[in-house]
Amino acid sequence: MAGSTPASATASPAGAPPGGPGGAPAARAAQSVSPWTEAWRRFKRHRLAFWSLWLLGTLVAAVLLGPLFYKVGINEVDFSAKLSTPSWKHPMGTDDLGRDILARVLYGGRISLAVGLAAMLMAVTVGVFIGAVAGMARGWVDAALMWVTDLFLSLPQLPLLLLLIFLFREPLKAAFGLEMGIFILIVVVIGGFRWMPVARLVRAQFFSLREKEFVEAARALGASVPRQVVRHILPNSLGPVIVAATIDIAAAIIAESTLSFLGLGFPPDIPTWGRILYDGRDYMDLAMHWALFPGIAIFLTVLTINFIGDGLRDALDPRRVL
Amino acid sequence: MAAAWSDRAPLPNSAIAHSSTSAPLLNYIIRRLLIALPSLLGISLVLFTVLALAPGDPFEDLANNPNVPPEVRMALRAQFGLDDPIWERYLRWLGSMLQGDWGFSFVSRIDVDTLIGQRIGVTIAVIGMSQLVALLVALPVGVLAAVKPYSWFDRIASTLAFVGFSLPTFFTGVLFILLFSVQLGWFPFVYRADLSSTGWQWWVDQFKQSIMPIMVLGLFQAASWMRYVRSAVLDVIRLDYVTTARSKGLAERTVINKHVVRNALIPVVTLVALQMPAVFGGAIVTEQIFRIPGIGSLLIDAILRNDTPVIMAVTFVFSCLVIFFNLVADVLYGWLDPRISYR
Repeated sequence: MAGSTPASATASPAGAPPGGPGGAPAARAAQSVSPWTEAWRRFKRHRLAFWSLWLLGTLVAAVLLGPLFYKVGINEVDFSAKLSTPSWKHPMGTDDLGRDILARVLYGGRISLAVGLAAMLMAVTVGVFIGAVAGMARGWVDAALMWVTDLFLSLPQLPLLLLLIFLFREPLKAAFGLEMGIFILIVVVIGGFRWMPVARLVRAQFFSLREKEFVEAARALGASVPRQVVRHILPNSLGPVIVAATIDIAAAIIAESTLSFLGLGFPPDIPTWGRILYDGRDYMDLAMHWALFPGIAIFLTVLTINFIGDGLRDALDPRRVL
Repeated sequence: MAAAWSDRAPLPNSAIAHSSTSAPLLNYIIRRLLIALPSLLGISLVLFTVLALAPGDPFEDLANNPNVPPEVRMALRAQFGLDDPIWERYLRWLGSMLQGDWGFSFVSRIDVDTLIGQRIGVTIAVIGMSQLVALLVALPVGVLAAVKPYSWFDRIASTLAFVGFSLPTFFTGVLFILLFSVQLGWFPFVYRADLSSTGWQWWVDQFKQSIMPIMVLGLFQAASWMRYVRSAVLDVIRLDYVTTARSKGLAERTVINKHVVRNALIPVVTLVALQMPAVFGGAIVTEQIFRIPGIGSLLIDAILRNDTPVIMAVTFVFSCLVIFFNLVADVLYGWLDPRISYR
């Protein structure tokens, strides 16, 4: 899938500046700051990430609130205005049936964002669970789970995504209705192929954290294994998981658009960004705005999410001095 | 090169050393192949389970056909072994796959292996060329950016890399067609397998129709590779042995090219190998946009036409390719880092 860049590009442990842990905050130790305030201060230092947060916020607000103000139906056919270029009446132009592209892009954005968030939640839940089990159990359980993880990493994802969606589309449509069925299918399938990096991250974190003194202290006080995990180990391993989760949203949005673009995503009458782009592709010489606007929407969303992920990586990495 | 590896135990004799390095390498490759086998079996199991769990019945048409009595349908099911237990069906399917009997395409009416044989060359060529482009772009740009971190060049390159891997391949493809085919008219936007021209002109036409798909895939790869190369070089460049090399009075160019880059490539190879499934995904999309007759577009056609044997075979071929490239990465890894022993 496009954009599935492993999160470790700059977060590798060897990349820590020589300043070392705990060196920098000494000056600020006097005024006690909560970790989240500190993370926000560090995040703001990454200017591109900061502006990306604003841009993404604007995009999300437009997609969520836009249809309240911009009251044009996504299926209002107007043959007299077909393939018209952007104008005041149709800010993003119209398609071959004269339907307003802005309305369709706003509607498609809701689906894309919902798919991205839900698939990310699915991937992170599965990944954290498998990583935690492998990290706590060790031994043969760990070996078996990591073998499965490696197997999933070497599966050709896009062919399998296409195959799964093709095979299970009809029964889910029958079970949950047209839109909901496809939504569940796409979320489960995309999430099901994105949990592996999270599982590896969490497992590695667990291996080092479970031997730390504070966990040992909890163990000595008689904390059960679930309590050790939930109260002590997991909260301390969340930093890299949050970064991976952010990147996962972008990857899931790209995956969903790719499926729609290949004609195997949501059904044709539901306009997602990938689907509008796919439909507009055949009219590129006559009406390039049709393919251009949904493409720009995908690009801006993914770009801003990636920048935010980069900023979070800097902000949440305690080894990095900012 | 020697300076970087001076901490290794001295070899007794270069001739002996040479003859003893090739045999362990071969052993290593064979052992890696043996490790890859369980993964291939696992993948085949996943594939088969997916198809077996999937609803739908190949004899559905017959069930709806009033001219076919139910007894005949049942006899056909029994004859094709559809009522056998699932593990028996899996073993039978695996057995025939291993014997090279990949089945028969429902749509094209020819053997699946012939069909894939016709198509796979184009796919391999496009993927190979695009990886080459990616390497040629990412390696120099990444190294230059890391040599002068936070310079203007680094900032521009890093921002462009972010833009590059945030642009999905299908959108880049559409943009390229819009710019170079529709607006400028330089390149054709449909790939033709049967070019009419011959000789020198054939190469020109081939170049013109291949350049856009190769660039779409290659630049996307280059964007993420560039980031890996940059961060890997940044990690290596402040190590002590690099300072040693500089203080010996070696030219900066020699230090970077011979001492830094080789060590920096070790983690890059691992990350690149992890990306291979994504490369094949990108290849499917690219083939679909430019209508290249490779196995990616074959897969999409087969899925849209319910051609199960072709779907199974192409997915399996993609899995084999991914595992093959992981193997190549492992061998490269050993070549780049002599400390890894081929035991």
